Amino acid sequence: MAITIALAGNPNCGKTTLFNQLTGSNGYVGNWPGVTVEKLEAPWRKNKDVVITDLPGIYSLSPYSPEEVVSRDHLVKDRPSAVIDLVDVTNLERNLYLTTQVLECGLPTVVGLNMCDLLEKSGDQLDVDALSSELGCPVVKGSALRSQGLDQLMGTAESLATTGRTGRAPRVFSPRVEKAIQETADVLKPHLSAGQPERWFAIKAFEGDEKALDTLGLPAASLAAIGTIRAGVEAELDDDAESIITTERYDWIEGVMRRCVVKAPKALTTSEKIDRVVTNRILGLPIFVCVMVLVYYLAVSTVGTWGTDWANDGLFGDGWFLSPAAAQSYEEAQGAYDDEDYGTVVDEYLAAADAAGVDTDGVAEAIESGDAARVQAFAEAASAAGVTVPDAPLHDADGNFLDSEGNVVLTDAEDDPLLSDGQTLAYHDTIDAEAFLAAANAEEPIPGEYGVYVPGVPVVVEGWLDDAGASELVKSLVLDGIVGGVGSILGFVPQMIVLFLLLCFLEDCGYMSRVAFVMDRAFRRFGLSGKSFIPLLVSSGCGVPGIMATKTIENDRDRRMTVMLTTMIPCGAKTPIIALLMGVLIGGTEGWWIAPFFYFLGLAAVIVSAIMLKKTKPFAGEPAPFVMELPAYHLPALKSYLLHVWERVWAFIRKAGTIIFVACVGVWFLSNFGVAGWDSGSGAFGFLPEMADAPENYMNWSMLAGVGNAIAWIFAPLGFGTWQAAACSLSALIAKENLVSTFGVLFGLGEVGEGSALLWATFAQMFTVGGTLSLGAMLAFVAFNMLDAPCFAAIGTIRRQMADTKWFWAAIAYQCGFGWVVGLIINQLWELFALGNFGFWTVVAILCLAGIIIQLFRPMPRATEKPARQEA
Amino acid sequence: MTLAEVPIGGECTVVKLTGDGAVKRRIMDMGITRGTRVTVIKVAPLGDPLELAVRGYELSLRKADAATIEVSQ
Repeated sequence: MAITIALAGNPNCGKTTLFNQLTGSNGYVGNWPGVTVEKLEAPWRKNKDVVITDLPGIYSLSPYSPEEVVSRDHLVKDRPSAVIDLVDVTNLERNLYLTTQVLECGLPTVVGLNMCDLLEKSGDQLDVDALSSELGCPVVKGSALRSQGLDQLMGTAESLATTGRTGRAPRVFSPRVEKAIQETADVLKPHLSAGQPERWFAIKAFEGDEKALDTLGLPAASLAAIGTIRAGVEAELDDDAESIITTERYDWIEGVMRRCVVKAPKALTTSEKIDRVVTNRILGLPIFVCVMVLVYYLAVSTVGTWGTDWANDGLFGDGWFLSPAAAQSYEEAQGAYDDEDYGTVVDEYLAAADAAGVDTDGVAEAIESGDAARVQAFAEAASAAGVTVPDAPLHDADGNFLDSEGNVVLTDAEDDPLLSDGQTLAYHDTIDAEAFLAAANAEEPIPGEYGVYVPGVPVVVEGWLDDAGASELVKSLVLDGIVGGVGSILGFVPQMIVLFLLLCFLEDCGYMSRVAFVMDRAFRRFGLSGKSFIPLLVSSGCGVPGIMATKTIENDRDRRMTVMLTTMIPCGAKTPIIALLMGVLIGGTEGWWIAPFFYFLGLAAVIVSAIMLKKTKPFAGEPAPFVMELPAYHLPALKSYLLHVWERVWAFIRKAGTIIFVACVGVWFLSNFGVAGWDSGSGAFGFLPEMADAPENYMNWSMLAGVGNAIAWIFAPLGFGTWQAAACSLSALIAKENLVSTFGVLFGLGEVGEGSALLWATFAQMFTVGGTLSLGAMLAFVAFNMLDAPCFAAIGTIRRQMADTKWFWAAIAYQCGFGWVVGLIINQLWELFALGNFGFWTVVAILCLAGIIIQLFRPMPRATEKPARQEA
Repeated sequence: MTLAEVPIGGECTVVKLTGDGAVKRRIMDMGITRGTRVTVIKVAPLGDPLELAVRGYELSLRKADAATIEVSQ
């Protein structure tokens, strides 16, 4: 039979390093059933029959935290063949506290002393043999980081496991308490089955630990007998049983420390010196701000974004250059080409020639295919007919008219340019046949000529599909549905790598607990933890790594709340939506205040939600205890550190391959399949791009449009109950910026950018009723899409991070519900005050607003649940 | 007096823990038990929580929780 060895120890005792050293780090990460505590299991590198389980880092085997419950259940119920209790010798006193409890589980146990090299450096001396006889079990010296003593440690554990030899747990309590424990054991004995450790259950029963007692199912008489024993000791020692046990454990350890350790005179350690500066009353905050700015700068605005741009535009886009110099010269050539505005020259000249009666059939195609003879023939004919175009206005890449300064000229709804005072349009001078020929024959720069150009995945896949003779349907599914959808999500991977390189470093070196220390006071006010700050900061770049960053929050309630709220901070993909709104409102996307303003609104949404949720049942109760170790600073071991980063990134990639994959294919299916002319026509169902009579913007016939129609009523009170608005919101689930492109497609504008004035005008039209722009509806639409469920990538990450279906749906429901209510309030109040409309939904909106305000300002309700413990 | 009233840099001995439930157990699990010597090292930049030295390591504790720990100097 395989040998199972459990690895127990305090947080920060080097357990993960040891685990990685022993297993070669191909650990399987999973969750313990029912809780969000991670479980690591892997075979020993030197003997595959030995399976090592890494228990969560814990300080005690109390019944109060999921980590502790999972660990004690593993030791007491699953009964591993042996236990390695890893102890950080630089912090021996507190580490031995867990050791005394592990030894009571009655399993073959070896104590591994870690970081012995650091102990020697400090000058302290430890008598290992004396410690071994005090603890009644083998003790092995070593250092996981330097791979010292590992073979001896595992050898001891393996032989203990095969012989099954358990030592006698040390009698750590005072004679009076030991007597009471013996009496308790006598009461329990008839009810224990084989393999249930008597001493462990006796102590837990004496403490009144209900979780442990429940597993035994004792009759009432036994419980009463134990209660009497406990009450006697409690009266005698004037304390509760749990405190007596804890105090006496530490008292015994103090004795052990005196007998086994000779302490060198204590000098100020490097770690203490660092901490004096880093969490200094005056310098603490500025240093914290600098670290956060650095994280944000590297992960969100520079290196991370470069990586993501490369992945999105290069790897999952057209392609990329190997050398930056080639990329630059290509961009310059492309820029020069764009500046010439050849497209406008050709279009304007063809239009003029057509008007003058010159045959233009097939000329555009001839230019496309490089049929120089046909183009030349046309140019000669046009020239002979004397076709010239005076003063053709200049366009930019988004199709906007430009003025002579190069600024965008706004158009009105009829598409006529609106010039402000002193603004004049920029013109091409007269276009004649010669200029036309030059434009028609101008060649767009070809990337391959500027250096080694690697085609992107979609280009390569398209090539394969073409070679294999795949149908349009298959091509669309693979390219738009799978490569496009999953690719847009995998595009975040480089950014996540950068982010986790930084966050894992902060965590592994010990600064993360200082972040919580510094920020605790500010965030506790809103019912969040000091550690919630980092997820919120990261989410302003991308919600996916933001949600992943919540991993460092140990408290379940705080972590869930942060996961729920962090995507309300506007991420990078939401900026095109903001730009679209600003285009309508202020006629431009420039303005330094726009981004900070929306971040502020997002932060306000988070704070309002946090305060409200804190007063609801699932989040209510005592504030999470903030009793936190501030571990000594140290440089993380490179290998463990990199593994730590990789584990987090890999967890995300796996998700992209499953839930996100299915969701993307689903939305692709909805938007490409439909009923021909479902609003009027033949009613045949099929693949729309290939349907003979489908209009150019075939999405109008798609099932997505149908679904949009079916759910549009939900948004009617928010003022945007059109199927287009609903369909835009749906497609925004793949990626938030899709809202803008889908909008363009639905309104037949083609692939336009958010900088297009035409798009702004159309967007404003969608919310124009009877000639008036319904500002409330437009703001409600934007607010809803900012606050509702995030993109599939983030939704998938929420699912993973919650590790609980109920919590996951609760989070999605809250996000959508909150977005809807905010949209409702905005639109109804606007209608009330601007239009004087008053109706049923106005009342609902006012009630919602009142509800939010009451929930915000009512006092915290008294916690109804008492702590688990009850005195017998 | 309670631990929350000990001045920064001050040392004291724990007399009694008056809290209850999970928080009290957690504080005791971390080594603050009757008779333990505790040093208040500093307070966080925003005025809370405290940083303590106890049993040879550093621990952070909110003032509200520190107020449930009776100490003598």
